[in-house]
Formats: sequence, C-alpha cells, structure tokens
Amino acid sequence: MDFKQWNDLKKGDWQSEINVRDFIQHNYTPYNGDSSFLSSATENTKKLWEEVLELYKKEKDSNGGVLDIDTKTISTISSHKAGYIDKDLEQIVGLQTDEPLKRAIMPFGGIRIVEKSCEAYGREVDKDVDKIFHTVRKTHNDGVFSVYTPDIRAARSSHLITGLPDGYGRGRIIGDYRRVALYGVDVLIEEKKQELETLDVDCFTEEIIRQREEISEQINALKELKNMANMYGFDISAPASNAKEAVQWLYFGYLGAIKDQNGAAMSIGRTSTFLDIYFERDLKNGILTEEQAQEIMDHFVMKLRLVRFLRTPEYNELFSGDPVWVTESIGGMGIDGRTLVTKNSFRILHTLVNLGPAPEPNLTVLWSVNLPDGFKRFVTDLSIKTSSIQYENDDLMRITLGDDYGIACCVSPMKIGKQMQFFGARANLAKTLLYAINGGKDEISGKQITPEYAPITSEYLNYDEVMKKFDQMMDYVAKIYIKALNAIHYMHDKYSYEAIEMALHDREIIRTMACGIAGLSVVADSLSAIKYAKVKVIRNEAGLAVDYDVEGDFPKFGNDDDRVDEIAVSIVKTFMNKLRKHQTYRNSKHTLSILTITSNVVYGKATGNTPDGRKAGSPFGPGANPLHGRDTNGALAVMNSIAKLPFDSAEDGISYTFSITPGTLGKDEEQRVTNLVNMLDGYFSQTGHHINVNVFDRSLLEDAMEHPEKYPQLTIRVSGYAVHFTKLTREQQLDVINRTIHERI
Amino acid sequence: MEKVDLNYYAKVHSIESFGTVDGPGIRFVLFLQGCNLKCKYCHNRDTWDINGGSYKSLDYIFNKIIRYKNYIYPNGGVTVTGGEPLLQSKFLIELFTKLKNENIHTCIDTSGMVALTEDIKKLLSLTDLLLLDIKHINSEKCKSLVGFSNKLELEFAKYSSENGIKLWIRQVLIPGITDDEKDLLDLKKFISELKTVEKIEILPYHKLGKYKWEKLNLKYELDSVREANNDDVLRAKKILGLT
Repeated sequence: MDFKQWNDLKKGDWQSEINVRDFIQHNYTPYNGDSSFLSSATENTKKLWEEVLELYKKEKDSNGGVLDIDTKTISTISSHKAGYIDKDLEQIVGLQTDEPLKRAIMPFGGIRIVEKSCEAYGREVDKDVDKIFHTVRKTHNDGVFSVYTPDIRAARSSHLITGLPDGYGRGRIIGDYRRVALYGVDVLIEEKKQELETLDVDCFTEEIIRQREEISEQINALKELKNMANMYGFDISAPASNAKEAVQWLYFGYLGAIKDQNGAAMSIGRTSTFLDIYFERDLKNGILTEEQAQEIMDHFVMKLRLVRFLRTPEYNELFSGDPVWVTESIGGMGIDGRTLVTKNSFRILHTLVNLGPAPEPNLTVLWSVNLPDGFKRFVTDLSIKTSSIQYENDDLMRITLGDDYGIACCVSPMKIGKQMQFFGARANLAKTLLYAINGGKDEISGKQITPEYAPITSEYLNYDEVMKKFDQMMDYVAKIYIKALNAIHYMHDKYSYEAIEMALHDREIIRTMACGIAGLSVVADSLSAIKYAKVKVIRNEAGLAVDYDVEGDFPKFGNDDDRVDEIAVSIVKTFMNKLRKHQTYRNSKHTLSILTITSNVVYGKATGNTPDGRKAGSPFGPGANPLHGRDTNGALAVMNSIAKLPFDSAEDGISYTFSITPGTLGKDEEQRVTNLVNMLDGYFSQTGHHINVNVFDRSLLEDAMEHPEKYPQLTIRVSGYAVHFTKLTREQQLDVINRTIHERI
Repeated sequence: MEKVDLNYYAKVHSIESFGTVDGPGIRFVLFLQGCNLKCKYCHNRDTWDINGGSYKSLDYIFNKIIRYKNYIYPNGGVTVTGGEPLLQSKFLIELFTKLKNENIHTCIDTSGMVALTEDIKKLLSLTDLLLLDIKHINSEKCKSLVGFSNKLELEFAKYSSENGIKLWIRQVLIPGITDDEKDLLDLKKFISELKTVEKIEILPYHKLGKYKWEKLNLKYELDSVREANNDDVLRAKKILGLT
C-alpha cells in the first residue's frame, strides 16, 4: 500500500499489513523535555468551552441531570444527522445525536432499561420503538433472562453476584480507532474482506459461520462509519493527511462506537502518542503552530467530555456521576527502552489546565520508573492541582502486554486491536464468607440462597473450620458466576454485537473473561480477626448468625503486616483458581480484578455485619483499599500491603484509591511534586498495579457538599475513575469524606 | 519483658510510613516512647510515659524500614522522633549502624536536652541530620515551659555543630511565650554561632494535640493561649532575619 497521505513517514511493515504499533515505533519522537513548550487556550477554545459550561449548567439543572433524550431514534452509527456545539468554532466535530448532551436510546441491550431511564427523567419511549422491541426484536436482556437458571437468579437477587451486564451494554472493548486515521476505512474494509476469504473453508463449522457473520457485520459497520462521516462533510475512506484530520478520523471511529453501544465503559485506547506523529510532521512542515496543535487537542477533549449515555438512577447508584470511562492511556516505555512520552502526551494532559479539571476523558498515565523526569514532574504537579489523573504500572504490564496496550474502563489492560474482554462485574466475597458461616442462608433475609450446606454452630469461630467452609462456598460462587457470565456474553454477542469496535480489531484476538471481587479487605480482616482474636457469634432466634463480637486485637489489612496481608493474597489466588476450573464462553481466558468503582457503597449496603466488626450496611473499602480507618501506619504501609496482591492472579487490575491533604504530601509545591514522584516510583517498584491520586483538604469537600454551586468542576478520583464531586449521591460523598484521607497534625 | 537488652529493643509508640515534614524527602518516622521533658504545648502527650508503648526488636524495626527503601531512597530517609529519642541511644546506635550500611539517611528529632555521654557522641557520629527543637533561648522561661533550663540543649547544639552534624533548628512559636522580640534576637545570635545550620523552621503553635491530654484526663495548661497564625510566623521570621 502507498498513499500520498503517508509522505515523509518512515516505511515499515505497517504499510503492508494493519500494524499501528509498527507505524508508531518507526515514526514517533520521544520527548524528554519539560512543559515549557505548551500553549494556553486560544480565544476560540475559551469561547467554545464557555458554551459547553453553559450546557453543563443547563444539564445539571434539568430533571435528574439529563438535558434531553431523543426517544424516537434507535441509535446506530449513522442514525442521527450531524450535530454541533457551535459549528464555526469547532475544530473537531461530531456528536452522538443531533444536539450536544442530548442522549440517544440504544435498546438492543434491553428495552426495559431504556423505558425505565426515560421514565426516570420524565420522558416516554416512542410507541413504535417500544412495539418493535417488545414484539418483533429480541434484546440482549431478553436473551439472558431466557436462559438464566434458578441458582443464578438467586445469587443475583441476593447480591452475592452484582452489577452483571445482563441489562446494559458490557463495554470494556477498545476499538483501535487509530486505524481509521492511519489507513482510512477502505483499507480496513478490504482487510476484512480478505479475512472473510480466509474463512471460506470446507469444514463449515458453527465457529466458522459465526466468525463469517461477525466479519460481515463489521464490514457493514465500517461502511456505515463512512456514511456518518459524510454527514459531517468528511470522506474518511482514505487515510488522514494531516494532524487535524488524524484527530478527526480517529474521533469518528470512536464516535461510531459510542453511537452503536451504550457500554459500561467506552475507552478510547492509547491515542496521544500515535497522534503526535501527525502533529510533529505538520509542525516540521510549517503548516501548524504549537498553538493550533493544542487547540485541536483541546477541542478533541471537549468532545470526549460531552459523551453521554442514557442510564437508570439505579445504575447511578452503582457507578456514580454519569461516568463513561473514556479512558486514554498516556506515556509508558517502549520495549526498546525509548519512552513513549511525546509532546502530545503533554498536550492531552494540558487540557486539564486549558479547560479546567474534569473526570473525562479518564486520563491514565502508564507509569514507569524510567519515564523522563520532566514528564514525571509535569504530571504529578497536575495531579496535585486537579485530582484528575490515575496511574498504572507500565513496568509491570509491559512484561505480558508489550508496549501497545491500553486501559479499558479503570484498570483493565488489553493489547489494542488484539484483545477484548467479557466484562464480568464482581462477586461479593464478604457475603460469600457470611454464607459460609450460615450454610448458604442470607444473613439479612434468612433465605436459603445456595444449596444447603452445614452452617457453623459453635459459639466462637474457629479459623480452620471457617476456612474450610469458605473454600466450599467460594467453589459454589465461582461456578454460578461463570455460568452467569457465559450466558451474558453469549447473548451479548448474539443480540448486541459491537460490530464497529470489533471491526477495528484483528480477526484472531485474545478474549478474557474478566471476573471481579468486592470486599477483599473486609474478608481479610474478618479472617484475621477469627485467627488472631476471638470472634463470638451472635445468632437470632432462627439460629442465623447476624452479628459478631470481636474480643482482642488483630492485624488489619493495610498496615504492611504479613499476618493479614498473606490472607488477602491467598484469597485472591484461591478464588482465581476456582474460577479457572470452569469452562468459559469462547474459551476466553479467566482474569480477575479487584475493583469496585463506587459500588463499594451499594455492596456494603447489601451485606450484613461481618466478623471483623464492620457493621451491616456500611461501605466496603473501594477496590483493594483497606477498610476505612483500619490503616494506622501511614500511606506507604497501605501501598505495601496492596502491592503484595499478585497481579498474576488479578490481571484485570488491582485498584487503589489514595487521598491525601496537600500539607501531608509536603511543605511546598516543589516538595509535594518530588514526594509524589518518589512515592509513585516506590509504589510501582513494589509492584503495585494502580493508584488514583487525590490531593485535597477534607474541609474543601465538606464545603462542596453544602455549596455545590461553588464547585462545578471539582473533580475527584474514586476507584478507577474520576467524577464531579457534586454529581455523587450524598451517601457516596460521605463515603469519600470518611474514607481515610491521609493527614498528619 | 523484665530483662530487656536495650541495645536490641526499643520502646516504640508508633510508626508513620509516609512522613514529609520531619526532614528532607519521604521519611519513615519512628516514634519512640518516653520523654524526659514536660513541654506544656506538647502535641504528642501520649508519648511521655516511659512505661507506655511496646518493645520492638531491632530486627523488627530494621526489616520494617527496609520495606520502604524504594520510596525513601532518592532523597528521603528515616527520622526518629518521640518522645525523646536520645533516651534510647543504645538502641539507636545499633539501628543507625545498620541503616548506614544500607546507605539510608538518618535523622533525629530531639530537644537535645541530654548529657553528652559517650553513647550520645557515638550516636551523633551515625546521624546525618538533627532536627533540634530549641525549647526556649531564655533559660528561666525554658524551665517554666518544659521543666528544665536550656543548658544541656545549648551545649548539645554546640557540640553537634563542632562535629559537623547538620542541623535544622526548630522553634515552636507560642504567642506570648516564645515570641518575645528580645528572645528571638537572642535565638538569632545563638544560631549564628553554629556552623552547620541548614535550615531554621518556625513551627506555629496549634492545639490539635489537646485531645490527647484530655484523653489521659490531664489538664491542658495552655488552653487560654491562642494558636499562632501566619502573621505571627512572618513577624518571627523577620526578626530572625529569615525573609
């Protein structure tokens, strides 16, 4: 292949095959300098952003924070006519519907969710749409519930397994949107046609037929993508010829995905360094200034900040603050030892200054101890000022994932265009432990949820006995869990296939079955209490264990104390191995995450008193965090505990949310930056996987609770993503404030 | 533990794995239990009692510290505070010897209110930095505030200076008690005669530690004294010639 759009680019395998990484490696310019080259927002940018802020305000004041819904048009890649914020000002164009912040309906995942959402925000779904999806067209949600077994239903309604994507889009698939810019859509269609030919075989099995159908759908989706771009006046059949086009083409690819799918997390991948190649070429050729380059990135990011999905209030309780996880992975190191930090890594982060802090896109820095010092200091300084950045361990992930992976959602790494996951929400391990004690009866309802196991009847809990029963109960939960996920992903593929996202993948991909756990620190502390203190069981008249008296002290997770940390490690390994025993849909590889997002509040609410002394209904620690207030040896002790959790057994990510007051981080700005850099280097050297960094005073959050109008852009990191603090429910706000904020007097 | 080998065991109050205000960089902070002074403004009243805390072995503490090497190496280290760390100098000699072998920066936060014994001198030779809290430059006022004259600590400061040990001088600024202009000028003069001072820190008095006194059913004598504010600090800095 050769295109005039590829002038001045270094040749390589990328020209004879779809190979974005090869293109990047041959053409990118590592940047080792500091941030002094950056430009501030242009007048155009400021004006446009003002308009967006005005829209935000209107949205916030609208019913339930939803500005408008198109209740009539079934959203597809090309369903809506072109929409603009302010056409004359926009460098990068494209909206999900014909107007900014107007939400689309995507009923293929499930019509009930759409109806419920519309109802919650005072609307009604168009009658024809309703009719189609109730009488003509089956949805993902219908499919799943037509095969769910009674044991799955019981585990689901008792909150043993929660948040399952059986009524909403599974998300967490990253299309390689860069391919649209680099190759243009025609090349991609050609490639897919060749794949179809590869699959013209004599042994025409179910597997082959399915693949052929999927690829046909992918080709259709790519054609539709061209139509969509046409509506905006662009022909994306050929490669992008300059930086602005590259951003626009790439964004169109992403836009196609978010019009097609209301996925739980719709991440964008690892785009900034790829785009830098185009910026560098234009800057060198004198057809672009730094100011213009920044303007393009600012406008691109503005678009990413406008992504909206229609979701129910219940969803918001699980994942608060209207998140979409437009996760962009930035930086990292190449396997040849060169840094993948470029000037454009700086530019995308600099949008936090030019446009102010924001939760989206979910800016994720792939941290390596070898990152250039200028970048380390720049990004940590921004982190301290905006609390909008998360960090993940590139030195750890590069070992198995190479140097062209990206993060989906919060912490899930995957090779871009070569790997996808079947998102699996999480199992409530704290509840699993209580079921072990009660023989499978729910500690709140008293209902028998699992088959009847012998409950523990002794007055005091015996560690060995509890462990034996807990092990059995984990076996049961693992089995039900994989059953449910197999059903969900079979149906999702069948009724709500992500054709455009998968069109931007290779044919042969790695699929993972991404399970998760909630309540790890509660379980570890409970087992530690049983082992090192005395735990007396308090039973109700029906003999159900409903509360626990802890006599004496015990080691608690989060203090770098091996006695309890090893319990946590062993639970993770054990549960992972139990999952591995079960056959997965499409032979996907079992993985596990320790991540709750904000659902630690909801999971806690649904879980009774635990043997560690945690009271019924109170929140779990988010992700892998210790339980609130249990860590008494300072921040680094917490990090050391969490860093012990084995990434091998939790390859889908281990989330840690860290909050600290500015004064505790260091005496002045300079020292805060230095300390944070050293802290991150240290944490990741200890093999920690992920960290959210928040720097703020408790009093600021308390004030923001009382006077939300003063803090429209106040952003904080919660487990794996960021939110506008004022968009959290009051319960979640309190959880954040009560959560250990490291401070020292 | 009746017979405890004080070379290998320390009375520990607590540890803080992420200290950033007691010395340069990220500090592993070891709070030792027991103090010989009775500072009325103390914000760690719970560290005074020599019978409190719990014994921890040298290996235990050393191994704990090593777990934080990755964080403290670049420009941080270990800070021992308390209580009064110099009351457990035998133990600290052993600990610091091990830390120096690992090339870890050592720091002691002290009042310096101890006699210059051979042990203390040996310990100082293993110490990279002293955070020396001059309780009061006026000996009489010092006695009333902390229970002892300042003779020992001033001698300690001079000895440290002469032996090339780096000093960060600290002065807690208590309105009406340590902020007299003449006292501050005397302090300035005293400091100017020391050769190894790297930094002078004015620590504004606050009452955040008051609850610890109340928890122990003790009267907090400085209740009527106001906290120092930013203006107080600026004034003191000006007098000390720090701005």
